[in-house]
Amino acid sequence: MARLAVAAGVVLALAFMPEYGFGLGKVFDGSLDSPGVLQLLAICLVFAGLALTYDLLFGFTGLLSFGHALYFAVGVYVCDIAITRWHWSFWTAVAFTAAVGLVLPVVLGSVSLRVGGIAFAMVTLAFAQAGAILVQKNPRRWTGGEEGLGYDFERVPQTFVGILNTKHLYWLALGYAALVGVVAWWATRSSPGHVWQAIRENERRVEVLGLRPFPYKLLAFVLGSFLATLGGIVYMLCVGGASPDVTTASFTLALLVMVVIGGTGTLWGPLLGGALYTYLDRRLGDVGGSHAIHQLPGVLRVPLSQPLFLLGVLFILIVFFLPGGIAGLATRGRAGGRALRRLEAALRPARGGA
Amino acid sequence: MSTFVLLTITGLGLGAMYFLIASGLSLIYGLMGVLNFAHGAFLTVGAYIAWFADSHFTAIHSVTLRFVLAALCGLAAGAVFAALVELVLIRPLYLRHIEQVLVTVGLSLATVALIQGIWGNDSRLYALPNWTSQTTHVLGASIPNDRWIEIAAAVLLLAGLLAFLRYTRYGLIIRAGVENRAMVTALGIDVRRAFTLVFAIGGFAAALAGVLSGVYFSSVDPGRGTSLLIFAFIVVVIGGLGSIVGSAAAAVIVGLLQQYANYYASSGLGDLSVVLLLAIVLLIRPGGLSGRAAT
Repeated sequence: MARLAVAAGVVLALAFMPEYGFGLGKVFDGSLDSPGVLQLLAICLVFAGLALTYDLLFGFTGLLSFGHALYFAVGVYVCDIAITRWHWSFWTAVAFTAAVGLVLPVVLGSVSLRVGGIAFAMVTLAFAQAGAILVQKNPRRWTGGEEGLGYDFERVPQTFVGILNTKHLYWLALGYAALVGVVAWWATRSSPGHVWQAIRENERRVEVLGLRPFPYKLLAFVLGSFLATLGGIVYMLCVGGASPDVTTASFTLALLVMVVIGGTGTLWGPLLGGALYTYLDRRLGDVGGSHAIHQLPGVLRVPLSQPLFLLGVLFILIVFFLPGGIAGLATRGRAGGRALRRLEAALRPARGGA
Repeated sequence: MSTFVLLTITGLGLGAMYFLIASGLSLIYGLMGVLNFAHGAFLTVGAYIAWFADSHFTAIHSVTLRFVLAALCGLAAGAVFAALVELVLIRPLYLRHIEQVLVTVGLSLATVALIQGIWGNDSRLYALPNWTSQTTHVLGASIPNDRWIEIAAAVLLLAGLLAFLRYTRYGLIIRAGVENRAMVTALGIDVRRAFTLVFAIGGFAAALAGVLSGVYFSSVDPGRGTSLLIFAFIVVVIGGLGSIVGSAAAAVIVGLLQQYANYYASSGLGDLSVVLLLAIVLLIRPGGLSGRAAT
């Protein structure tokens, strides 16, 4: 219950962010209510939610998919194309995108889940690659190829358009992250959720207990992918269109990095990891271009000005020295405290006896 | 007819590059169970070192000699880099496969970013000997000469690898390790030394693919490794993880299919049909062509 209260408190504190008129020194480029900062925060929140949808597959069910980017890209591209190229109304486009985001993972998931382990990773990678190629190929000039596709702002609800309305986008993104958090919390505590975690630990044993893992894995795959598609729609609104970098294999790898940095198999770890990764990815670039870095000798300046280099190194360090990520650190701290108290309790009568 | 010949030779050249990458990936996976995402980084490092050396060997006037020496530098760099990666990053995580994969993912991100930082985002031109851009007439088709180098390199590497695996003591250990690593260890053989060796061979072959891709595209860019790596993965899985001959066969099939479909159907369709081929092969034969279960 206490955890629920903390989570609600965090969401509430974040919800009032656009009302905070102060800055946080060097952390952000301006005060918290400025549109630039709010957009960065909105993107951080979308990726926080997205990382959690990936964790449902990888962290909770043990499905190492290399194609999660595909379902996010479906949200981004299908919604954008329906609005901008087919001139549909916004809500029809959203409903259609959600339907695609439900049907596509059912079809592709039931095909790719026929194989397991590395083969599953490769099939999902291949399907996502097919999506990326399709976007690059720009059939009927729908996707805009490498240049991407800006959305038609006349067909999007006006409350999400324009710099002054950035705070609405921020609330939308916060709502998305909170939705994913609630759904993931509920799903992982439901009875299929327990089977997911059992599959992750030992799939053979689940079979011996008389359960068929396939429908459960498919359920996790479809739920995670569907939520990712919803995230794609929100992201499309936040950045004003679609660009092909969300379709690439590197994008899925970035999701993997986010989840591992935050902590696999936990709820708030990936939320934190996704937000932190996105923040560092965007902000380290600004810091790298700053004056202080420019004065350093080349040996230091070159690596420090590359956010992905720093994130890659941070990621390797976490895998080596902090298995369980940031969330694991907290759990270990708590467990350490508990162990210490138990040790004290065990020692107390001994001391009294002596 | 002449178009068909050109497409076939080009497809074989492309397949040769895929094979050079896939052979290392396949050996590493077969022996150690590591899906090596850093393989693209080995390739990119080799290609960039070769380019860098080539632009600094200004004392040598013969373009061919300069290029060959530079290419050797690139290959050595790839092998050394790969061996160091195994020793420093992979070995401490012995038998923790997921962590090993994650480390190679982080390494590939970091290496590509570092190369972007040092040499920039734009592609760098290779200074190539003139004869590589000339053509030879075969069956009425004009074949660019670099295709022959690629095919010859891949055939030599395949023959060399097979001979190494078949006739040397280390080759025997590697083959036995792919078959049953626990048994090799139980017989008192230190299989870990073979791990470093396999990584060095893989890094060498990947760097060779990098240099050859530099010849093929006459330039190198930071994203080269990543884009080739995805197709190499597909080749490895189609061929069957751990099988060199399977990889070679799959590389030829994938290279040819890509060229034919891109020309006869529509551009871009070649890549899609390769993806489709992977899905079909995995669903019919989950172990790939060579039939080993890929779990």
